[in-house]
Amino acid sequence: MDAVEVHTPLLEVHELTVEFATRNGTVRAVEHVDLTLPKGSTLGIVGESGSGKSVTSYAVLRILDRAGHIARGSIRFSGVDLVHASEPDMQDIRGREISMIFQNPRAALNPIRSVGKQIEDVLLRHSQTTKAHARDAAIEALRLVRIARPQERYDAYPFQLSGGMCQRIVIAIALACQPQLLIADEPTTGLDVTTQKAVMDLIADLTRERHMSTILITHDLGLAATYCDHIMVMEKGRVVETASARQVFAAPSHPYTQRLMRATPRPGISVRDLLPDPISAPVPRPEPAMLGVPPLLEVANLVKEYPSAGSGAWFSRLRGTTPETKPFRAVDGISFSLRAGESVGLVGESGCGKSTTSSMVMRLLDVSGGSIKLNGRDIGIVPAAQFAADPDRAKLQMVFQDATDSLNPRFTAFRSIVDPLYRLGNVGRGATARAKAAELADMVGLPRPLLDRFPHQLSGGQKARVGIARAIALRPQLLILDEPTAALDVSVQAIVLNLLMELRASLGMAYLFVSHDLHVVRLLCDRVIVMRAGAIIEQGPTERVMHQPEHAYTRELLDALPHPPS
Amino acid sequence: MGAQGKLVLILRRLSQAVPALIGIIIVTFLLTHALPGDPAAYFAGPAATPDTIAEIRHNLGLDRSLPVQFMVYVENLARGDFGQSISTGQSVGHELVTRLPASLELTLLALFISTAIAVPLGILAATRPDSWIDHLCRFIVTAGVSLPTFFTGLALVYVFYYLLGWAPAPLGRLDVLYSPPATITGFYTIDALLAGDLDTFWSALAQLALPAATLALFTLAPIARMTRGSMLQVLGGEFVRTARAAGLRGRTVLFTYAFRNAVLPVITTLGMVFSFALGANVLVEKVFSWPGIGSFAISALVVSDYAAVQGFVLLMAVLFVLLNLAIDVLYLLIDPRVALNS
Amino acid sequence: MSETGTIEHIAAPRPHPARQFVHHLAYVLRGNPVTLLAFGLFVLIVLCAVFGPSLVPYNPLASEAGQALKPPSLAHWFGTDNVGRDVFSRVIVAARLDMLISISAVALSFVAGSALGALAGYYGGWFDRISGRLIDTIMAFPLFVLAMGIVAAAGNTVQNVVYATAIINLPFYARVARAEVNVRREAGFVQAARLSGNSSLRTLAVHVFPNALPPMMIQISLNLGWAVLNAAGLSFIGLGVRPPAAEWGIMVAEGANFIVAGEWWLALFPGAALMIAVFTFNLLGDGLRDIVDPQRRT
Repeated sequence: MDAVEVHTPLLEVHELTVEFATRNGTVRAVEHVDLTLPKGSTLGIVGESGSGKSVTSYAVLRILDRAGHIARGSIRFSGVDLVHASEPDMQDIRGREISMIFQNPRAALNPIRSVGKQIEDVLLRHSQTTKAHARDAAIEALRLVRIARPQERYDAYPFQLSGGMCQRIVIAIALACQPQLLIADEPTTGLDVTTQKAVMDLIADLTRERHMSTILITHDLGLAATYCDHIMVMEKGRVVETASARQVFAAPSHPYTQRLMRATPRPGISVRDLLPDPISAPVPRPEPAMLGVPPLLEVANLVKEYPSAGSGAWFSRLRGTTPETKPFRAVDGISFSLRAGESVGLVGESGCGKSTTSSMVMRLLDVSGGSIKLNGRDIGIVPAAQFAADPDRAKLQMVFQDATDSLNPRFTAFRSIVDPLYRLGNVGRGATARAKAAELADMVGLPRPLLDRFPHQLSGGQKARVGIARAIALRPQLLILDEPTAALDVSVQAIVLNLLMELRASLGMAYLFVSHDLHVVRLLCDRVIVMRAGAIIEQGPTERVMHQPEHAYTRELLDALPHPPS
Repeated sequence: MGAQGKLVLILRRLSQAVPALIGIIIVTFLLTHALPGDPAAYFAGPAATPDTIAEIRHNLGLDRSLPVQFMVYVENLARGDFGQSISTGQSVGHELVTRLPASLELTLLALFISTAIAVPLGILAATRPDSWIDHLCRFIVTAGVSLPTFFTGLALVYVFYYLLGWAPAPLGRLDVLYSPPATITGFYTIDALLAGDLDTFWSALAQLALPAATLALFTLAPIARMTRGSMLQVLGGEFVRTARAAGLRGRTVLFTYAFRNAVLPVITTLGMVFSFALGANVLVEKVFSWPGIGSFAISALVVSDYAAVQGFVLLMAVLFVLLNLAIDVLYLLIDPRVALNS
Repeated sequence: MSETGTIEHIAAPRPHPARQFVHHLAYVLRGNPVTLLAFGLFVLIVLCAVFGPSLVPYNPLASEAGQALKPPSLAHWFGTDNVGRDVFSRVIVAARLDMLISISAVALSFVAGSALGALAGYYGGWFDRISGRLIDTIMAFPLFVLAMGIVAAAGNTVQNVVYATAIINLPFYARVARAEVNVRREAGFVQAARLSGNSSLRTLAVHVFPNALPPMMIQISLNLGWAVLNAAGLSFIGLGVRPPAAEWGIMVAEGANFIVAGEWWLALFPGAALMIAVFTFNLLGDGLRDIVDPQRRT
């Protein structure tokens, strides 16, 4: 009996093809997918957007969109045919034999139902407990995912919990009935790197304790290699490679996997190494700033304070007494400087104040205290609402994180790019504008015909280029880049990062690179500043900070990065 | 959050009704006292001399300054004095109070009917997209917001009274054969039941049928549209996907997870629906000669009975504020996310 | 540098913007037959309003006692009313008055309401608070009742019906504009506009407000329908339009007295015309949004 059990894989997928009925005809999301998952092992499905990695797992659980259906292939779970199983049978399997957790944990929970009750719902549904013991069972499930004070948390609502806590609740719901297989679809996207490590470690520990199998779906090859035994790489709906994690990471055989591997930011390489076709020319660097030249940007004791909210505070201020809650300091007196042509990284987790700092330096946000000196002049004293008319406006520009959000949906790429030229560049409408736009498009590698397209007609990488072209249109001295590649596929990210490096060299701009991704910062920045809770924890040359961190928090951040087998 | 927290929120919401009431009082005052047109000349009649008009103006207090007039107005309101109706000779307050139950009975019955039909319709349409019931729902919604209420009423009268003879003559709340039951609530149907008089009950209900149906058809559309839209949005949401992936049964997902979330925006829409309903009430009362405050206001309009019109507008607005208050309090009690410091 | 899977080279030259618009209009109309129908009906109504009075067979105001209360026939397609006027002519001619009233009312409230709402949503502060109070006060009344009160107090004229309808419609635009502007206030492209040197007001007018237009387009269309119903409702109860003017609402009111006697044509035809007009505007709303929203373009 044991021998048979060991040899029968838990999940067997053979020649799976899933089709979707769309307005433009039938689209094949995945085809010819083969997958074998033994008991107790972890499989990582890795791919970029559009690879079909999520669709495969939705098909296993039969929770595809109404427009999708399994056109061909078989899915066997412990020998049971899932493709032709009835819906009531599938409902029994879901949650009890196979569980799934998704991205965006807070949205995955019912917002108006206490988390304890949501766990109870699943337990009662699959008869894991009786009504009398349901509450205790739910509290036990909370304890299992290492939530402190589970009795109190039982009555909490999702909006009262942090993102990491919500993800633990989601895991608790998924594991409550002791399923044999857990499918995790991008479970850590959007979470801080330390939270990510905590969540992944939790999943790894719990699944190991219960001899569960896990499928981890992710776009992050490094993450998959760290936590999975085997990796399956998908591209455009097909499986291109399946091998052990070590092998995929060390010696990938398929060209796509190789390209993906190369494009993944990791220690010990330069930004040029991210590109699929290695360019022999070294990373271009701007002329080193001369010693003694004053810094381009000098930030001293910068503070951003928000008054305490709530009617209680208003009332006590009216009476003349101080409100009980102190005002909130998003940025608590930080100081740093930037030289012309230098590239500095500003890293930290969510809530550390890096975005607030960059908004203040950009003069989009008013300063509560301290100074921001650009070429010796304090621009912090100019109110944000009036800075648009300031002569220094053109010298500070920004590349935004979400290219979709940062392009006006009603403007063509051309119109978006020339807007700064119209306003501050003294360029009139007509031939001059078109010439300048064409020049900028060439500089960022955007094909000229795409200038007349609207944002929704452009791909992610193309939109990113438009955003960069707009930002460099006025030849700024300082460019702040706020997670410019966070929303891009890793292969597109490789190209954009190289583009950014070339532009820095050719235009002599200084970069302030705001990011939570330490690997990317290591590749692009000469110096790095680490922030936490509104204060600077540590700053210095990138190599030094990354290899010999002085502060415990920096060490914690570095440890939390996924470490693939090398 | 605890019961005490909710109580504070409810009290705060109640206090927010006060500026609304103040605004209403000011606006109704301005409507009749600050706009062009000389009420004194109307009251005096076309044959009056300038002296008579001046005397009437003095009697009505219209020669004093605007702020003083406002103070007098507010004082009167506080005493429940809405002025005299020149068309009936009675006090406006008395007229309104005696006619209010008729309007309320009609409106409440209509809202009850329309909600009872619209909400299940919207849910079914959302859970069975592109089915016949979905198309029916969409058709009703589009048609419902296009139909003029007075026209639907007339059409119903023509079909069900003139052609089919099923409905009684649209002449009031009761057939001439019956006399109204003893007044407890003012609602003929309820009072008749309480008095044990079934004949009167059926007659009252029969007279109510067509006008309530007309009003219900009008309010059906926005409620169905909102329910369908809200359900569709919630059913496409991520937490519903999680619930399905956990194997919860269809009914649990639909009611405990989807519907409870979907009903919240529907409740807030009800406020808008009440606004339309109270307005449509006036038209329905005219079509069916229903003796409520709406038809009172219409006859007052024709003779420029300012006090009566003013009293009517004020009463309707106060009713509306109270209805909205009830809706908001209901919402506060249901949604756990509403917090003290939001 | 090329990217995986993207179309990179298009040889076609840049078309003229006006022709682009016409192409887009035709594309939208072709794609959605319901929109086409609504558009067709709209054109029909506009034609009735503009050319109706010159084309109708009978003088809408000419009464002929001998021809009173005749049912629909070949001579009088819609029959005659109680003083012998041709119902068909009156229904066609009434389109002009109803359209004038609703279009002017909606135009007024759109301009005032969206400006108010956009400024309140973008700048916030005391302006937002005061305009919010104003809007809340209007919304504290059942809207039709407020319109009744305004017309009764200001005087029983068509002009006042327009003003009253404009006032009660204002809150819709103000709220939608405020919400749409507020949502986009912190968007990346708005910040980018500020970085490009656009002043606050310019950012609002050129960058933010045009993006808030598509949802307001639907609002305008729905409002046109509602304004027509409103005006008709007011004249039904005797406010605004007076006899012998031809207007759909007042015609239904006059015809109401005869329904119980079985003479249905006096009220049915103007009522049906009213219904068709409102229906058209409601359907047009979606089509309008498709035209205005660039995301719907191929």
